[in-house]
Order: sequence, then structure tokens, then C-alpha cells
Amino acid sequence: MLGLGADLLWADMNRLLAFLFHQGVLDEQFLQLQQLQDETSPNFVSEVVNIYFHESEKLLRNLRGLLMEREFSDYKKMGIHLNQLTGSSSSIGAKRVTNVCLAFRAATDHNNRSGCLRALEMLEHEYCYLKNKLHELFQIEQQRVLAAGVRYPVQNN
Amino acid sequence: MTVEDQIDRFPVGMRVLAVDDDPTCLKVLENLLRKCQYQVTTTNQAIEALRMLRENRNKFDLVISDVNMPDMDGFKLLELVGLEMDLPVIMLSGHSDTKLVMKGVTHGAVDYLLKPVRIEELKNIWQHVVRRKNFDPRDQNKGSNDKRGPNAAGEGNQSIISEDGSDQNKNLGKKRKDQTEEEEDDGEDNGEDNDDPSSQKKPRVVWSVELHRKFVAAVNQLGLDKAVPKKILDLMNVEGLTRENVASHLQKYRLYLKKATQQASMVAALGNTESYLRIGSIDAYAEFCTSSGPGKIPNPALQSYASSGIFGRLNSPANLSMRGISASTLIQPPVQPQNLNSTLSPLGNIQASIFPANQTSSLLQGIPTSIELNQSKQNNCTTGITQVNQVSCSGFTAASGFRDRRLTVGTASNALPSAACNSPQTHNSGAFRNQPPVRPASLGTDSFDAGICGPSNMLDYNRCNKNWQNAEQLSKLPANPLPLCEPFNNDPLPPTGINVANTSTRIGNSPVDYSSRVAISVPLEDTRNELQRQEGLIENIVQPSSYTTPSQRWEEHKLEYSQNMSRPFNSVNSHVSSSRVTSSLGHNLNQTNAACSNSVDASFVGQLSGAPPSIIQCTNVDTRLKSNDAYMLELMKSRDGFIQNNFGTLDDIMVPMVKRFLMQEQNEPTFIDGEMGFEAYPVGSCI
Repeated sequence: MLGLGADLLWADMNRLLAFLFHQGVLDEQFLQLQQLQDETSPNFVSEVVNIYFHESEKLLRNLRGLLMEREFSDYKKMGIHLNQLTGSSSSIGAKRVTNVCLAFRAATDHNNRSGCLRALEMLEHEYCYLKNKLHELFQIEQQRVLAAGVRYPVQNN
Repeated sequence: MTVEDQIDRFPVGMRVLAVDDDPTCLKVLENLLRKCQYQVTTTNQAIEALRMLRENRNKFDLVISDVNMPDMDGFKLLELVGLEMDLPVIMLSGHSDTKLVMKGVTHGAVDYLLKPVRIEELKNIWQHVVRRKNFDPRDQNKGSNDKRGPNAAGEGNQSIISEDGSDQNKNLGKKRKDQTEEEEDDGEDNGEDNDDPSSQKKPRVVWSVELHRKFVAAVNQLGLDKAVPKKILDLMNVEGLTRENVASHLQKYRLYLKKATQQASMVAALGNTESYLRIGSIDAYAEFCTSSGPGKIPNPALQSYASSGIFGRLNSPANLSMRGISASTLIQPPVQPQNLNSTLSPLGNIQASIFPANQTSSLLQGIPTSIELNQSKQNNCTTGITQVNQVSCSGFTAASGFRDRRLTVGTASNALPSAACNSPQTHNSGAFRNQPPVRPASLGTDSFDAGICGPSNMLDYNRCNKNWQNAEQLSKLPANPLPLCEPFNNDPLPPTGINVANTSTRIGNSPVDYSSRVAISVPLEDTRNELQRQEGLIENIVQPSSYTTPSQRWEEHKLEYSQNMSRPFNSVNSHVSSSRVTSSLGHNLNQTNAACSNSVDASFVGQLSGAPPSIIQCTNVDTRLKSNDAYMLELMKSRDGFIQNNFGTLDDIMVPMVKRFLMQEQNEPTFIDGEMGFEAYPVGSCI
């Protein structure tokens, strides 16, 4: 019974993952992250993702602050924040977020403030979506581990 | 695990140092590298990385570094590591801009990876270590495995032949990227190389600052073209240094110089400001140093300025006539009226005039912003340092490793740095012209800083001015130096026009013209009061020029001017008068300008230690100069007048200036004949 629960959760998780891949929210880089998770670093993925959330929220706040300035003109500084966000998003496999970042960067290259604003909004939207989905994923994972742990001492995926 | 074990199992256990300010990427990278069985050390600060590397260079085999880092530019780190520790460095970046990749390669990166980094790419990075080991100090042994591949049987390295045999060599040579068998072969080969006395791996040479300095001295002595490693080696006379070490270092040095000269030429192309500035600064500096009595007006600076294309229009007639007033003269404290004249002339002149204006330092004290700030400290880049300046300064200072090079790159730069450092003048000069061009030439950290400070001061000062018309010309200047700064910055400045925009953006949109004006009127760091006075005068005088009805203005202006003159150091008075002028002119001036000037006034007043806040204010008001040309003309005219007359009063200065101003309506530097006496020209007559 417990095992079945764990299996069900496992199936749920996979379904969710497949869904996210299909939607383009995640890409194969996320898979690589999962592969890096092993006995030596059992919580690698969630650790990395949490760091990512933490940093990205900071960056998004900065970006929003910059764009909201009445006399905003510092595209360069925005570019710096954006660079970091792009790099980290692509490093964890957040494909849609990365794509929006690229569009955002194009807008900054052209000093297009309204374009930047639009891109920022889209970015925030995508980021929130990603965060929710990943949280959901981790929840299922946790439950699955718990459920599996009850049945078997060690259950690797 | 012993070192030998590591070597034998190479690339397993290869020691990698990963540097990236982004914690997400750093963690991912760390784990990826661990997965490849490398030994990983991470840090998110370039400075910390350098410290670790310097502490024990042999602790690492490879460095992976991000390009965009807040505390230090990745390329700079790359160069430093390559120079000092001679370790292979892989660059990492979030975007694949070709320019950046090119920059990485020219700076000596062995590879350039893009985020997200994949594990397949990381599995191959060990080959860079092998290549580096084999290529470096054992060049003459043709130590590279690649070369040995086909020639394994015959040539060179006994170690290769001894154990591995030609097959392995060939493998090494041809199939670097291959599998673990290769790894073992490489490991063995390396081991063999290490053991074999004839091809003994020489310890890597650390090119310390001392060593590098000797190297540069030797190269300079021989002449860059004629510098061959053997001769350099002989000249340096350092024990334990081999020709190969020198050869590889020379190659890097040449690359570095090429980059730097490209930067310099870019700056030069932007408006000749570089040479102009350089010359000017050097002269200015010289002048500053010699600082003879009031009457002295060294011309070199001016002439050089004249030749520079920055203010071509202004230069041609005006400069020539200004001959007497070289930039250096400007710097000289003594002559007041003369200084004014010089200030009138384009950049260089302007500076000069400002400086000579007053011999009394008290006047200079009053000089607004840049001057004041500058005068206190030579390298005080703080005042009004704009973003750019800061970037530039930091950029240069950061590249300490290249200090020598920088100096050699720009011949004038040597003079510049000293000039820049030694006296506020340099600052002033920078301020006058917003001149970064000068600075870049110097390339020295000091000069660079000074250069940057200069313009920055000006910029601050000018910040209030929104008048971009004049700014254009000025912007060219400031823009130019920026490119030079760029070598250490990731984003090169766009050519002049754009630079201006960038500059202004960075600076906070200080109106360029204002700055130029300021430069003119406000001698940079010069502590000479006369400068300030000059400034004020110029300001006053200039202001009218910007008005459509010069005559009227002139009257007002003159009034102000007189007031100022009479109490040049009376900040209160001048302040009042200037504000009056400001207000009167205000209607003509853009509202912003006026506003700026007022605000500027306030700021300046605070800054000015004493004397003429009015000057500053005048400057502010002056933002309206229609064009730098006009302004310059004004200056020039007045200068001419000044030169001739050796005035000691502002009136003297003012009159010619006014005259010029009036003349400028005709857009003709015709009166530059300089025979304008000090007699006061009735306003009406001039028009």
C-alpha cells in the first residue's frame, strides 16, 4: 500500500515533469541537474533551485526598481542584472524564463523602455509560474521519498 | 591522494578553481566538475580567487571564470592569471556575443564556454592543462605532444620516445579529446616528461611585477620591433629565466599592446582628443610645473590643441591666434587676464585661461567644483566622478599588472599621468574638456584617474546643464577617454556621438556644453583663484553669447561681470550677481538650465571654499551656449585681447570677451586678430 502510494507519487512527479518539459518551462539542463543528484548530494536539485529562487527574486526586484524610476536611463545596469538572471536561469534549465530574459535584453539593447517594461512583466509572470510548478514538484518528491522511505530504507531515483 | 597519484590518474583529480559571482551557476558548475572527477575549489569573488592563486600557484591546474563579475572584470582576471601564474583559464559567459568571445581569446583564454554549461564540455577541459604544460617552458624541446605525434620516432623528446612510443605520441597529438586510454597515455607521457632530465619540465616562471618591469624596460630599450627574446633575456639578466619564458611572455605582451593601441586608436579616431589631450595635458603639466609668472604663456599646449581636431572650427582661427596661450599657460596660475584668453580658446585654451586668471590661490579656491575638488588632491577623482569615470578609474587601477605597459603604450601618457597626478591642473584640464581623451592616452593608473577625475568634476559641475548643443562637442572629448578606459571595461564606448550620450548618461546627463563651458571657465584643479576669476569672467561673458540678444545680455552680463570683478573673491557678491545674471538670463536659457544653474550654484557654493561662487553660477547660467564654437570663439577672442594686454583686471578680460561675444554673432572669428584692447567696447558698437 505504501509502496503503491510512493509509486503513485512517482508517477505524479513524472507526469508533472513531462508536462513542464512539454510546455517548455524546463529543458534538458534540468535533467542534467537531476542526474547530478546522487548519494553524495542527495538534495542537490532542491538546493540549487532554492538558491536560484533567492537570487532571482533579488534580481527581479532590482530590475523592477530600475524600470520604475522616473528618470530611468541606466540600461547598462539593467543589463548586468539581466545577464545574471539569464545565466542562472539557463543553468537550471528554466527555458521559458531564459527566453524572456533574452527578449528583455534585446529591449535594453535598443533602449526601449516600454519594451523593457513589457518584458519585465512577462518575466515576472514566467518566474512565478516556474516557482509554483517547481514547488509542486518538490512537494511531490518529498512525499514520494517519505512514502518510499517507509517501505524501503533507500530509494533512489 | 598524493600528487603523483593525481598526475598518474590525470585528468582525474585535476584541480580546478571556479569563479563566478552567481551562486546558482557556481553551485551547478561545482557539481558538474565534481561529476567529472575533478577537484573543485569555488569562490564567488575574483579577488579571492586571485588571492588563492597567488598564495600557491601550484595548487591549481585550471581556472574557470565568469566574464561578468561585479568586483573585477573577468578578462582582467584572465590576463592577470595568465601573466602571473601562467595557468590555463577558461571563460564562462551567459551570452555568446562574438565580441566577447574574441576578447576572451585575445586575452589568452584557452576556451570560452557558454552557460548553461554541459557536462560533456567539462569532460574535455583537461586537455587545456596538458597543452599548456607541454607548450610552455619546454618550447625548444618541441615539447608539444602534438608536434611529437608524427615525429615521435625521430625528434626531440626522449621521454616521448622512451616509454610511450610513437603510437602514443600520435595518439596524443591527434586525438586529444579522446577517451580514458588517452588520459593514461597523457598521464604517462607527462610523467615521462617530468622525469626525463633532458626534457625536464622547468618550473613555470611567475612574472612578478618586478620581473615584468625589467622585461618592459628591456623591451623599451631594444625597441618593440627589435625586441627578440634572446636580447631581452640578456638585458634582463635574470637568473633562471630562459629564452622560452621570455618568448612566451613577449608574445603575450605584444598581444596586450595591440589591444591597448587599438583602444588608443579608437579613442584617437573618435576625435583626436587623445593626442590633443595628451599633448595638452603634458603641456599643461609642464606648464603647471614651471608655473612662471603671469605673463608667461607657453604655447605648446595650445598649439597642440589647435592641431587637434576636437574643436576644429574654433581651433583654426582662434587657436592660431591663441598661440600665445597654450594650455599650459592656462595652467599656470599667474596670469589672470591672459588666462582668460587662453580659456577662451578651445579646450586647451580654456584651461589655460582659467588657470592663469588669478595668481592668488584664493581665487582658485572659489573655482567651482572640478577645480576645487581637484586642487585638493591630485588623483581625487571623487568629485563628480561619473559612473564612467569610476568605471574607468577602477578599470585602470585594476589592471595593475599592466601598469608598465600602459605607460609604454601611450608615450604621452607618461607625461599625462604625472600631470594628472601632480596637479589639479590635470584635473582641471580634464574638467575643461571633459576630457577623457587625455586620460586614456596616459593609460597610467594615475593619469587615468586624474583624467577621469577631471571630466568628472566638470561633469558634476555641468550636471545641471541640459544644454546638449554644446555638449556635442564636449561630449566628444569626454567620450574619447572613455574608450581608453574601456580596455578594462566590457563595454566599449561607441564613437563620439554616442559616447557623448553615454557619457552624459553616466554622468547624469550633465549638459555637455555646460561642462565644456565649465572647463573653460573653471580651471580644473588649479588652486589659482585667478582661474576662478577667469571662470567667472568667462561665465559672465559667455553667457551673453548664448543669448539671442547679445547686446542686452552683455550689458547685464557686464554688470554682473563688473560686480564679480570688483569682488572676485567675494562669494556673496558674486553669488548674488551671478544669480542675478542667472535670473536675467534665465528667460533666455532653458528653464532647466536656469534651474540647473541655480541648483548648481547651491552645490557649488557649498563646494567653493571661498571665492567665486558667482563664477560657478555664471557657468551654470552659461549652459546655454549655443555652441561650443561660439563659446570658444568668445573665449578666443577675449583671449587674444588678453594676451596682448596682460590685464590684471577682469574688466580687461571681459571687454575682449564681450567684444568677441558680440562678434560671434557674425559667426566669424574675424576679430581674433587679437587686437582687441582692453578698452571697453560699447555694446552697441560690437553688434
